[in-house]
Amino acid sequence: MAEFLEFENVSKSFGAIRAVKQVSLSIRRGEFFSLLGPSGCGKTTLLRILAGFEKPDTGRVILNGEDITALPPNRRKVNTIFQSYALFPHLNVRDNIAFGLRIAKRPRHEIDQEVDRMLKLIQMEDQAHKRPDQISGGQKQRIAVARALINKPQVLLLDEPLAALDLKLRQRMLIELDLIHDEVGITFLYVTHDQNEAMSVSDRIAVMNSGIIEQVGIPAEIYEAPRSSFVAAFIGESNFFEGQVSEIVSNEYSRLSIDGFPNVLCFNDKQMRSSDLVYLSVRPEKIRISREKPESNNRHNVVPGHVEDVIYLGALTKYWVRVQEYRIAVFQQHSRFLLDEKPIQWHDDVWISWHADDGFMLERYSESDEKLMGTPPEKVGEQNGEANGTA
Amino acid sequence: MKKQNASLSEWLATLPSLIWLTILFLIPTLIVFAITFKPADPFGGIGSGWTLETLRKLRNPNYPAIIWRTIWLSIVTTTICIILATPAGYFIARLKQRWRQIFLLLVIVPFWISFLVRIFAWKVLLHPEGLVKKVLVSFRLVQGDTSLLYNPEAVLLVMVYTFLPFAILPIYAAAEKFDFRLVEAARDLGAHQLQAFFKVFLPGIRRGLLTAILVVFIPALGSYVIPDIVGGPNAEMVGNKIAQRVFVDRNLPQASGLSAFLILAVLLPMVAVLVLQGREKKATPIIGEEA
Repeated sequence: MAEFLEFENVSKSFGAIRAVKQVSLSIRRGEFFSLLGPSGCGKTTLLRILAGFEKPDTGRVILNGEDITALPPNRRKVNTIFQSYALFPHLNVRDNIAFGLRIAKRPRHEIDQEVDRMLKLIQMEDQAHKRPDQISGGQKQRIAVARALINKPQVLLLDEPLAALDLKLRQRMLIELDLIHDEVGITFLYVTHDQNEAMSVSDRIAVMNSGIIEQVGIPAEIYEAPRSSFVAAFIGESNFFEGQVSEIVSNEYSRLSIDGFPNVLCFNDKQMRSSDLVYLSVRPEKIRISREKPESNNRHNVVPGHVEDVIYLGALTKYWVRVQEYRIAVFQQHSRFLLDEKPIQWHDDVWISWHADDGFMLERYSESDEKLMGTPPEKVGEQNGEANGTA
Repeated sequence: MKKQNASLSEWLATLPSLIWLTILFLIPTLIVFAITFKPADPFGGIGSGWTLETLRKLRNPNYPAIIWRTIWLSIVTTTICIILATPAGYFIARLKQRWRQIFLLLVIVPFWISFLVRIFAWKVLLHPEGLVKKVLVSFRLVQGDTSLLYNPEAVLLVMVYTFLPFAILPIYAAAEKFDFRLVEAARDLGAHQLQAFFKVFLPGIRRGLLTAILVVFIPALGSYVIPDIVGGPNAEMVGNKIAQRVFVDRNLPQASGLSAFLILAVLLPMVAVLVLQGREKKATPIIGEEA
């Protein structure tokens, strides 16, 4: 049984740049689906292929059982919300919203009725006579939504629709989009580089990187069980360790040898063999920090370290702990978490620990990994901290 | 208080150009109007006193036909120029930077050759022994005894040729600033290519279109060299009559009368366009951001 919307082996190159490489993707009816990835990863190209603005070099796009690969944009039952909104400057709000129905030559009273309904949905009944240059960014966004939805598309495509708005407005519009999605019940395909946007509204997310899809899953899967080191680093923040599988302890656990660490126990969710080269990834919030050596059962990894930096982020405090050559990020909710009420400070000697289930192994294979490891951890941390602090 | 200062400094800033325009354009135009009401003296000068003699002579039975021809030739020239220049401007604006420059250069290249030389070149081409004539006859498209020169159609052809670049440039300038994502948006909303062109692109470049209409229509109305060289007596325009009054009759008041008529004919459509543009501006005041 084919899915509602399918990309089959879709590829697209622009000159020497291969923007989309053999992508296959299935999207269900009514889903809020996000394409998430850094700029230049091919997510917008994929969206434009679905809208009909780009022709794929290979592959097919199938919507509701119909092969739409060769159809021009005007004959596809999809509508787009452009990043720039692309409202028609010579038409007022009402005429902008009515554009699609007028092209379709629908009867006048029907158009009026539909436009009124849309104006009500976006709560802009009293602004209908204004021109696009007389209204604010948030209002333009809503009109772009209404102008697209009035055509009752089978899929609504959203191309970074919030990128032009400031942070507070962005959060409000995101909630509005989610409410509209619940109300109209059509499939949303949402393109963004902002993981917080994608995480908070999506039913499922596809993480893209240099033209391929790295992982598809619900937000919790993407965050808790990243399939690749790219996903682990791009979504949230991770500590990476380079190691080698030294022993398969059981079906569930393996031991890793990492330079400067005692043997580390790790959950074995991927089929690794002894002496495979791997990355170990541990999320900063899964690591506990304490001044006393914690009582450990054998499922915990416990390592001594030295606090090099403490960064106050409002809702969180971030510690940089030096263990041998690694600088490990640790998040704690606030600084007075220890029973003795004495906050951990710079240059304290501490113990860090994490449960074996909270580390995951990733194969070392991708060329982009080098780049990831090279990103200054501070930078990634700050972004994440800000996001968490304001969420 | 602040607003008054702003308008005062605005006044001071525009004062020099106001003086310039007054001395070099407004006053000479008024002088032309005034001379219309002066008598001519026998030596080609202007006599003293005031008279309505010129206005009476303007009711020359030949004039209505010439004025009518001037107007329709100008309107048709403008129409053809806009119809040709709009797709051209669209096409050039969508080209890559490099090709855009080459095409713009091609549009401008004719200006490097003297206007008169280019008109005479047309005379050579359209001449009974000329290339165009020979080709047309050999394809049996015209009879051997048809004259391609010295008729209103020849004037129209050469006027379109002459004014086309003036139409392409403002339309290109508007098209180049046009946000072509709007065309994509229209296509996305169900418009086919022609609908997107008419419903989104043309309204988007309307200022460029208005400019193109003005810069073609006004000089077309005042054409004098083109009908003089390729037109002949059956294709005269008001410009030729003005020249004849000055050079042949040496009657300046008569020439002024015709000129004044032409100025009014140019001014009225221009004022209409300006009023239309002004109304549009007023309809879109800038309003502060809401939350």
